[in-house]
Amino acid sequence: MTTDNLIVAGKHYRSRLLVGTGKYKDFTETRAAIDASGAEIVTVAIRRTNIGQKAGEPSLLDYLPPSEFTYLPNTAGCYTADDAVRTLRLARELLDGHNLVKLEVLGDPHTLYPNVIETIAAAKTLVKESFDVMVYTSDDPIIAKQLEDVGCCAIMPLASLIGSGMGILNPWNLQIIIDTVKVPVLVDAGVGTASDAAIAMELGCAGILMNTAIAGAQNPVLMASAMKKAVEAGREAYLAGRMPKKLYSASPSSPTSGMIERID
Amino acid sequence: MQLWINGKQNNFAPASMTMADLVSTLALTGKRIAIEQNGEIVPRGLYAETMLQDGDRLEIVGAVGGG
Repeated sequence: MTTDNLIVAGKHYRSRLLVGTGKYKDFTETRAAIDASGAEIVTVAIRRTNIGQKAGEPSLLDYLPPSEFTYLPNTAGCYTADDAVRTLRLARELLDGHNLVKLEVLGDPHTLYPNVIETIAAAKTLVKESFDVMVYTSDDPIIAKQLEDVGCCAIMPLASLIGSGMGILNPWNLQIIIDTVKVPVLVDAGVGTASDAAIAMELGCAGILMNTAIAGAQNPVLMASAMKKAVEAGREAYLAGRMPKKLYSASPSSPTSGMIERID
Repeated sequence: MQLWINGKQNNFAPASMTMADLVSTLALTGKRIAIEQNGEIVPRGLYAETMLQDGDRLEIVGAVGGG
């Protein structure tokens, strides 16, 4: 399994689990959970600096040095293509020219459902500006294909609403996207527990991005470890190729001959 | 000089300031930040030669935890 890497925008990653860095109790817990997850790519948000912040106050970057992780700056909270593009330009400046980004343009603060029209517009601009765009989108296969066609390097459909933990609600749509898109397809959002992650990987997803499923668990570090195993198990099951389902017909695993004689 | 920083109005005594002066005044020197001046990114390497104008709108951002 050592050569079964996730390849995004030409770069190889051993871990197929990407994790967010939000909602943890503190930076120590953030770091411990991310270590347990084995993730190499971590998402961060771009926000206004607290002016007047004490000079010695620790920052996320002190706990997750960019030298150890691949940062994936996101556009969480952006509702227009313009805001998303501006945010990622700032992110690129912040991270010394780093091009790999997560684009998400939301449509509604209640559901956080993506606005795919604004998302496509932003993706076009970002690709033109040489960003490597991993894009959060709905599980609409037509939109997923269009986002690939405009040059996104990974398509990341939701499994269910962001932070909902509802799991894989439409495996059929995910399957269509996986079958029609050539760039990596990662489930982003909606995973609630380890079996959800395994199911997504068994469908053939290239990876999974999650935050709340780990940070919102009673024991985030233990859940991070569970997610690591689930992603690996699901991936191996996908590569192994599951047995065909035999509807309404059993098939014994033990020999049917050589049974001892029945005493009447 | 009056500047809008992260949506808030701020007054500074000097009539003329560079971006580097401002970063130093705000105790942000050496911190990992990015700055947008009236909607345009100012690359870190150009702070010393970028003059601020009265009424400039600045966004100063950093990386925080997020998913």
